[in-house]
Amino acid sequence: MPRLAALTVLFILVAAVPAAQAQMLNEPGQSTATTQGEVQLYDQAEDQVRGFISIPDQKLSVLVQPEGREWREWRQQTLPWVVGILFLGMVIGVFAFYFIRGRITIRGGASGRKVLRFNGLDRFAHWLTAVSFLLLALTGMALTFGRTLFIPVFGHGAYSWLAESSIMVHNFLSVPFVIGLVFIIALWVKDNIPNRADWVWIKSMGGLMSKEGKHIEAQRFNAGQKAMFWTIVLLGTALVITGVMMMTPFAVTGVSGMQIVHVIHGILAAVMIAGIVAHIYIGSLGMEGAFDAMGSGEVDENWAREHHGAWYKDQVRKGHADSSAERAAGQHPAPGE
Amino acid sequence: MARMAFLCDSGRCIECNACVTACKNEHEVPWGMNRRRVITLNDGDAGSERSISMSCMHCSDPPCAAVCPVDCFLQTDDGVVLHDKDICIGCGYCFYACPFGAPQFPQATNYGSRGKMDKCTYCAGGPEGEDSSPAEYQKYGSNRLAEGKLPLCSEMCSTRSLMAGDQEVLADIYSERIVRRGYGLPAPGWTTAYGEDDEGTPFVPYGRPDSRQS
Repeated sequence: MPRLAALTVLFILVAAVPAAQAQMLNEPGQSTATTQGEVQLYDQAEDQVRGFISIPDQKLSVLVQPEGREWREWRQQTLPWVVGILFLGMVIGVFAFYFIRGRITIRGGASGRKVLRFNGLDRFAHWLTAVSFLLLALTGMALTFGRTLFIPVFGHGAYSWLAESSIMVHNFLSVPFVIGLVFIIALWVKDNIPNRADWVWIKSMGGLMSKEGKHIEAQRFNAGQKAMFWTIVLLGTALVITGVMMMTPFAVTGVSGMQIVHVIHGILAAVMIAGIVAHIYIGSLGMEGAFDAMGSGEVDENWAREHHGAWYKDQVRKGHADSSAERAAGQHPAPGE
Repeated sequence: MARMAFLCDSGRCIECNACVTACKNEHEVPWGMNRRRVITLNDGDAGSERSISMSCMHCSDPPCAAVCPVDCFLQTDDGVVLHDKDICIGCGYCFYACPFGAPQFPQATNYGSRGKMDKCTYCAGGPEGEDSSPAEYQKYGSNRLAEGKLPLCSEMCSTRSLMAGDQEVLADIYSERIVRRGYGLPAPGWTTAYGEDDEGTPFVPYGRPDSRQS
């Protein structure tokens, strides 16, 4: 009897195979089309389709990736516009400011006496970061705009060489940029912690707009400089992180992640380039005596008193600056002046 | 004029991977790179499991060509999307834009370069230089189209699942199959690659060879 039961089970199993097979053949995409014209060749919309793959490269298990369309839109349209508008907008803004406000002069005139503002290490950190950032921005923009601007001029072959060199320079300059960024944070973060005095500076826009040049007594860095410091530190760090992710594609994230990383890198770079344009302006053409701080490292005492009064008093107290100048600024004129 | 396309009949594909192997062998594609691969959807689920052989679909409006920073792509009059390896800088942007994951790179890291991109050429060699020359074979693989042959992957498909040829002819064969057997899915990737509404509108190849300056 048990033998008969086993035989019956086997028989049922064998009999069931053709039925299961028929179902398998019919199931994927049953079609009711009776003429060729009725057959639906095109899908309504193709979403991301992922399957199983037997080759090692698992990111290829994606059959259709429609997100590429948005990335294409970003790369082709949005990115050049975002970078272009922010960069050119800031350049135009800076020139407009120059013509409206003019160069910010030292009211008391140059005293001829210098006080050390940034020592060699400070300036090394600044210029290391500055030079690498400028080259990073230039090579990045060469890759963003090259197809539109350079290919019609140089042709495909020459621009291909330029673009490849740009990528090399861009990738390798990330190293000095990171080193500069670390130096900047280590050297200046203690003087860039926001405090109550910054609020006063922000409310009056740091006296930027008043021709009378009423300055807020600032410490080593005023609120505007602190904002620039944190912009560079935070955006720079984010650019480094996204940049490293782009240099090691798919090490951290998949295709969609890489697309997002590109978008973030592009937006942050555009914002930072615009910020640096303003920074370069105010540190050179925009303000008399400002370049000396990062040039020779020594600023005029009158400049220091006007722009960083609290810091200057500190320097005088520590004996780093001539205290006679402090008297000159006060009620009692120094002899001989 | 013919407009070349690929069509994989998922009702016939048996995931034998012969197309993958044939492609790698024909063009001597290096280790780690695949111009063609077979993807199995709903793997192991009897009834809904189906396999699709996928490579570059040679899109009507190729996203790779649109995003390429150095403009190294061009499309032949037959709609085959080719890229110039002398111009390519290996940035990898085409892979981010490509809906089908077609572009392949010899190096994994971007430090320096990822090497020249490689992808399915529709067995049509490269866009520049002499057809079927050793230099072309070295860079792009063999040029079967110049010899009047279709891509090897589809020519040797044992179940006639993967088909290559004029898009209209493929559509005709596939829809006839579906009507006769009573099942079949929309052609995989066709909406994305060729677009539903481009029937009737003339196909304009991207970056015609005669318009290139290089």
